Amino acid sequence: MIGLGLPRGFLVTLKNFFRTPVTVQYPDRHVGLFGAAKEAGMNPFRFLVKRPGDSIKAIAGLATVPVALEQSPRFRGNEFTFYEDRCTACASCAKYCPLGIIEIVSVPGKIDAQEGESYKLEVFDIDIGRCMFCGLCVEACPYDALHMGTKFERSTYVRDELVLNLAELNAAEKKPSSFYRPQFEEKAFDPYTETIDDHHDAGRHERPSDEELKKKWVDER
Amino acid sequence: MDPTFLDNSLWRNIYCNLAGDSAGCAARDYSAGMLPGGMEWLAFALAAAAIIGLFVNGILGGVIVLIWGERRLFGRFQNRTGPNRWGPFGMLTSVADAIKTMFKEDVVPKDADRILFNLAPVMIAAPALLVFAVIPFGVGTYVADLNVGVLFIMAVTSLTTLAVLTAAWSSGNRIAILSAFRSVALLISYEIPMALALVGVIMLAGSMSLGQIIQAQSIPFILVQPLAVFVFFIAAMAEMARAPFDLTEAESELAAGYLNDYASMKFGIFFLAEFMAEISTSAIVTVLFLGGWRGWEPVPSHLWFGAKLILVLFVIIWFRMTLPRLRIDQVLKLAWKGLFELTLINIVVTAVLIAIWPEPTTTRLWIMAAVNWPVAIISIWAVSKLLGTPGYDDPQPDLDAPVYPVATEQIPGSAVHVSSAPGTGTQDRVSGAADSHIEQGGN
Amino acid sequence: MAIKTQPVTVNLGPQHPSTHGVFRLRVMFDGEEIVDVEPVFGYLHRGSEKLAEERTYTQIVTLTDRMDYVSPMLNNQAYMLAVEKLAGIEPSPRGVWLRMIAAELQRVASHLVATGFLLQDLGALGTPLIYAMRERENILDLFEMLCGARITNSYLRPGGVFMDAPAEFWTALDRELVDIVNTLDELEEYLSGNEIVFSRTKGTAVLSPELLINASITGPMLRASGVDWDLRHRNPYDYYDRIEFKRILHTASDNYARYWVRVQEARESVKIVRQCIDQIEPGPVRPPFSEVPRLIRPPVGDAYVAIEGSKGELGFYIVSDGGISPYRMHVRAPSLINLTLLRDMLIGGLFGDLFVSFGSIDLNMGEVDR
Repeated sequence: MIGLGLPRGFLVTLKNFFRTPVTVQYPDRHVGLFGAAKEAGMNPFRFLVKRPGDSIKAIAGLATVPVALEQSPRFRGNEFTFYEDRCTACASCAKYCPLGIIEIVSVPGKIDAQEGESYKLEVFDIDIGRCMFCGLCVEACPYDALHMGTKFERSTYVRDELVLNLAELNAAEKKPSSFYRPQFEEKAFDPYTETIDDHHDAGRHERPSDEELKKKWVDER
Repeated sequence: MDPTFLDNSLWRNIYCNLAGDSAGCAARDYSAGMLPGGMEWLAFALAAAAIIGLFVNGILGGVIVLIWGERRLFGRFQNRTGPNRWGPFGMLTSVADAIKTMFKEDVVPKDADRILFNLAPVMIAAPALLVFAVIPFGVGTYVADLNVGVLFIMAVTSLTTLAVLTAAWSSGNRIAILSAFRSVALLISYEIPMALALVGVIMLAGSMSLGQIIQAQSIPFILVQPLAVFVFFIAAMAEMARAPFDLTEAESELAAGYLNDYASMKFGIFFLAEFMAEISTSAIVTVLFLGGWRGWEPVPSHLWFGAKLILVLFVIIWFRMTLPRLRIDQVLKLAWKGLFELTLINIVVTAVLIAIWPEPTTTRLWIMAAVNWPVAIISIWAVSKLLGTPGYDDPQPDLDAPVYPVATEQIPGSAVHVSSAPGTGTQDRVSGAADSHIEQGGN
Repeated sequence: MAIKTQPVTVNLGPQHPSTHGVFRLRVMFDGEEIVDVEPVFGYLHRGSEKLAEERTYTQIVTLTDRMDYVSPMLNNQAYMLAVEKLAGIEPSPRGVWLRMIAAELQRVASHLVATGFLLQDLGALGTPLIYAMRERENILDLFEMLCGARITNSYLRPGGVFMDAPAEFWTALDRELVDIVNTLDELEEYLSGNEIVFSRTKGTAVLSPELLINASITGPMLRASGVDWDLRHRNPYDYYDRIEFKRILHTASDNYARYWVRVQEARESVKIVRQCIDQIEPGPVRPPFSEVPRLIRPPVGDAYVAIEGSKGELGFYIVSDGGISPYRMHVRAPSLINLTLLRDMLIGGLFGDLFVSFGSIDLNMGEVDR
């Protein structure tokens, strides 16, 4: 029962012993003195002199360095990026959702006289407690108003806080993921470092310039 | 036999330093002890307390470090870091585990025999600690150098069998007893190869005392007795119930093990005893086969011992990480049909060589090494042929065996080959649909 | 004097580290030999087939992701082929190539999971499992690049896929294919010569080809007994007739054979992906919405399409009544059909081989229960 197969297995394991570990130590990684000094951007000797408390902590193995996960720009995160100015309350997203967790209530009202009558969006609730982040709502939106976000740490202590209402969606940081949004990929937009705050930049189509708009809606009327 | 060597134990050092001129210490020049004349009992008690404190705490500390080290090594073998959160480099992880274990509820089953149930962890931990009494950790650092040291070790490690059976029986759990039967079968099957493997070492050193064995190793016995170290290593891993022989603690094996009913710290003691057994086995292998604390001069002997111990522990952990588990019948077959014969071959060859060259010189050891290695390789190969089943070595399929023909379309030459002909399908492919332009209303 | 023994019944309950999901097995064994086995499943039943009657055809893709949760791309592909046959949709070529690449990568990932867990059940304490999972993580990162999610992909839409692969996908894919082959080599080096693996898996749970065919078993279990049946060769779907790859067969239908077949199939999948990369052409990945609208209403009728999933023949039978949701959807789950032979495999064997044999079927409870 003993042959050469077992020692070959040992060699494989030994070879893997010397490879660097593939662990991504999210959210923070313990560093020694050299790592802490590199994080601070200093020479280790200067670090030892200038920050003795931190260097003692680093030597004792208590210093940590935050680690970010590598994600692709198309990652479907646990949050949504919503541009209210682009939304017309057509509720395509609500119709497309397999779980039916988007609630949209809109009332007619004269908001923007230049662009005609439009609907006022009163309630736009997404229940991310039950959402499966399939992205069908994002695929459905014809006006590129709703985009997937990229974050995934959305735990709360109270379940009711998981229902995102319009105010929260508007106040959130606008970092849309490139999921089903080829315009962001063409611009090489990185949702992990940049934001898109102007709703005119979030769309697939070029917004016509003010002169062209004036020509179309005012001059030629 | 060097009297100063025999008399140099740690216990005797502390006692004589405290007691002074009393009986037994006159051979050495302890003219004035630290305590006044008639208080040998106090010296005795203090020496005993010092030894117990030093050894027990040292070993437990070693176990704590070993648990951490083993988990880190597991991680590195598996391309991941091990635990590195608690304390510098995660060294306090075992402390956290111990605290967690202590806080669990200590459940005693209703049908359990309470006295035996509570006694079983003690029965398993005590022999594990007792073994360390005869092991020299360096020059002069041992508790006692019995002249039947090896026999003492073998006898004491056999007590774990009784503890396992007691633990299972006292749980009052039918399935635990079944699991314990398998474990006891494993343990007693591997006692014999383990003991017989050491007979060669004893014959070479001329005595069973561990101090003498270390003295006799002008070259380490791992080079001289390869069969013995091979058999002893495998048997010792089976005695510790380590992979590949960890069938009793496998989660995918029986749903309960003999330890199933043990809750918080009692289970913790079983766990600790297993790791203490690991350290003691590594220490035994170091002393008997690697030369103990012998090494080159500038480095202190304790460091040599420690380095060799860590090397043996690394090899044990490496084996644990790499090998899958064996089934109980394969385990028993290996012990009785494989290792037993190898030990007999080893004893015979060693005895013949000692009869030819009776003086214990280094040259004799080199000759034995030269003879024993080919004998070892040939006998291991022969025994493996005896044990194995034909056809078991071949990873590839048997290309001559008939392939089952399927009654529907026969693709010519149906065997492992590249399909060059397009398959004939009975199901229409999607592109043949008639109306591919569908007018759908709405969005 | 004959020893009087009594068989013992043990319940390997729904929560058990080795049952590949929530699965209950009542085993009666006498000493070491198994006498009777009673499987109980249904702990993961979520009513997918009933839910599918309420959802539109695109929304059901998200349901199919979660059936066999270690190979969602294959589930999506089977479902989409059924929908396309039902609705008579012509898929766009680039979409088909992309979904073939995704399906074969998914097959590799699924076989890595199966092999890793089989070796874990053999007792190797996690080392081969971690090597297999390390490679699967890289494949899942590729999927994240493609569609934004690692496991619940929902990558396919009627007629193709929903988005083209980004530019960095192709370089990552080339690198990843080399890594996959290296990991498979490493796993084989480690294990295909290992005597302990041989002695534990060879000659155990042998099933005859007649029994397998009569029980409708498909997939690697069938090919490990010498029956030459692979749906990608027999009934080619998508563009599998433009690809050349070997049929992997083994004749000793034991646990080792099933493990070996899966590892070799993973290698063949890598070759398939390389051929797909060579043959793919630029173009739209999805038919335009004027041809295939977002909400399709297939004509009244039914369709059954089966693909070669990673566990066997995965089939979707969809009945349409002309509306936006199917009238009935039924999944032919290979894991459930393969599970029916559990008694033949286990009874008469030793207890130590129980989990090894069970793992060699490569079950996934999400598919068994749906």
